[in-house]
Amino acid sequence: MSDYLEKMDHITDAADPAYGDTEIQNYTINFGPQHPAAHGVLRLVMELDGEIVERCDPHVGLLHRGTEKLIEHKTYMQALPYFDRLDYCSPLGMEHSYVLAVEKLLNLEVPLRAQYLRVFFAELTRICNHMLNLGSHVMDVGAMTPNLWLFEIREDCLNFFERASGARMHSAYFRPGGVHQDVPLKLLTDIAEWLDTRLPRLFEDAMSLVVDNRIFKQRNVDISIVSKEDALKWGFSGPMLRGSGIAWDIRKAQPYDVYDRMEFDIPVGTAYDCYDRFMVRVEEVRQSARIMKQCLNEMPEGPIASFDRKVSPPKRGEMKRSMEALIHHFKLYTEGFHVPAGEVYVATESPKGEFGVYLVSDGSNKPYRCKIRPTAFSHLQAMDFMMKGHMLADTTAVLGAMDIVFGECDR
Amino acid sequence: MGHSAPKIVNPEGIAEEIGALLGGMLVETVDHADELTFAVVREDLANAMVALRDMGHYQQLMEIAGVDYPDRPERFEVCYHLLSVTRNHRVRVKVSTDEDTPVPTVTHLWPVAGWLEREVFDMYGVVFDGNKDLRRILTDYGFKGHPQRKDFPLTGYVELRYSEEDKRVVYEPVKLAQDFRSFDFMSPWEGAQYVLPGDEKAAAPAAPAAAPTSKATETKADTGAGDATNKKAEEKSAEAPAKPAAATDEGKGAAKPEDKA
Repeated sequence: MSDYLEKMDHITDAADPAYGDTEIQNYTINFGPQHPAAHGVLRLVMELDGEIVERCDPHVGLLHRGTEKLIEHKTYMQALPYFDRLDYCSPLGMEHSYVLAVEKLLNLEVPLRAQYLRVFFAELTRICNHMLNLGSHVMDVGAMTPNLWLFEIREDCLNFFERASGARMHSAYFRPGGVHQDVPLKLLTDIAEWLDTRLPRLFEDAMSLVVDNRIFKQRNVDISIVSKEDALKWGFSGPMLRGSGIAWDIRKAQPYDVYDRMEFDIPVGTAYDCYDRFMVRVEEVRQSARIMKQCLNEMPEGPIASFDRKVSPPKRGEMKRSMEALIHHFKLYTEGFHVPAGEVYVATESPKGEFGVYLVSDGSNKPYRCKIRPTAFSHLQAMDFMMKGHMLADTTAVLGAMDIVFGECDR
Repeated sequence: MGHSAPKIVNPEGIAEEIGALLGGMLVETVDHADELTFAVVREDLANAMVALRDMGHYQQLMEIAGVDYPDRPERFEVCYHLLSVTRNHRVRVKVSTDEDTPVPTVTHLWPVAGWLEREVFDMYGVVFDGNKDLRRILTDYGFKGHPQRKDFPLTGYVELRYSEEDKRVVYEPVKLAQDFRSFDFMSPWEGAQYVLPGDEKAAAPAAPAAAPTSKATETKADTGAGDATNKKAEEKSAEAPAKPAAATDEGKGAAKPEDKA
């Protein structure tokens, strides 16, 4: 470009410039806030030199709902459903961090079956989340069919969530002390059958269309390479960090619930580009299915919530018969439980990366401060650095590989 | 067995090691729930972070969280959560500040701090010295105030709607059809500081001391009553006409309906 400009300088007469000779400046465009490939309400202010992105300034906060402020005015139990609404593509992943943070402050032991159930459904959430992300990533760079096939799987997952908790998306299934209710055996056997037959068939079929596809590779290979050092500096986590070749997974490194009993592999990228990030997620789906199968094999019978009646409410039937249970039920659903003063930062491996909850308690029944550490915030911040020098059309590929949901980013 | 939150094993002697690294910059070390917190001198924050990153091998800055404690002289706490992927360990570094005193930025150490500091600025109004791009981030364009401060109301001050007349979004003061229902479930015997409904009189200041405590204690000397007074009263009542009282009662009764009409 600059060579071209130098030539042009010599051609035109500086004293008498023709139209368009002198004023050559970068072009600034708005990407979003309403754009199907922006994965929500993202406004990107991009400065373009021709088709090359020179600068990219993401404007976020268009979906800011003040979740953290609202949580300060709710009891610990009432605050839980807000987490479903953060990353609405992986609601249980969000809940997981929160219930673990509350339990850590209470130092509350969770029955084994509840821990298995949580891991089981957290991994189902991971599959569900990756179906949406992989599908939309593929669609953002031009393919239609795989997305539709992956949505079949996602639909199955949502049906399973509905059967477990009663809600397709905002399940509010994990509770401090365990899970809300036990699952019927038929649901577990149905999921087992689904894991063996329908999931691999649909998923591998869809992936066979994509992973070796020439067009898909042209759009993703060598796009926005992030080195290990940069990935650490920019606070990457989850598949973004693993895509940059760092084998870091909180499920392995700092296991929570029963992840220390699970056998699974951590896929890492080798070329650190968008294609690697995509492939890391593809492999994570297979590993999640593996973890779920182990859960099904090992899951013991037993209680699904803590017996600490000062935290975990009694069953409804019990409440109808026992005076003590009635009092506990009433107190827990009005006042809620009190959490000892203190502060914890609990981060779990949500499908998108490290999702952390920094919970400060002052000993009352409401959180004094609940800071949510979203994954998308740090990933999106790196957008400028990742886009520099790439074509405008690569924006969608980079965004797709980041896996951003604005409910979580803006809170 | 305890909780099942992510298991982080504090390496042997880690608190002493970091304490030695930080030296005079360290104010306080807190070990709570197996999480180490290091409060450092505000002005030395950047140096402390360099030491932790380069010598302590805490490569990643995961989160910057602000907390507001309005009762403290330096009301804001800024908490930095660091992660070491090589040592598999997390620490928290804290500084405190007030509305006006800037906190040194760490954007030159971790570019990720840029947005995280912007968020703390947006939510609490904490200023970061050296952050070149300290704009608001989550709140609306042109927003006033810092919403996460404890003295900022949950409802905020303005609400917006699309005005059909003006053909644009207009901002108006918040009007609530129903008050926000904030229940305080603290029991009075657990330290709640308020008067229960019905207890207002009990908590009210004692009635004037001049008031008689009981009728039974009245003596003739107190009231001035006696045979002489009784006689006078009898004379008066005999003189007094019965009519005027009845007349006034009738008058009142008659006047009322008229007033209403």
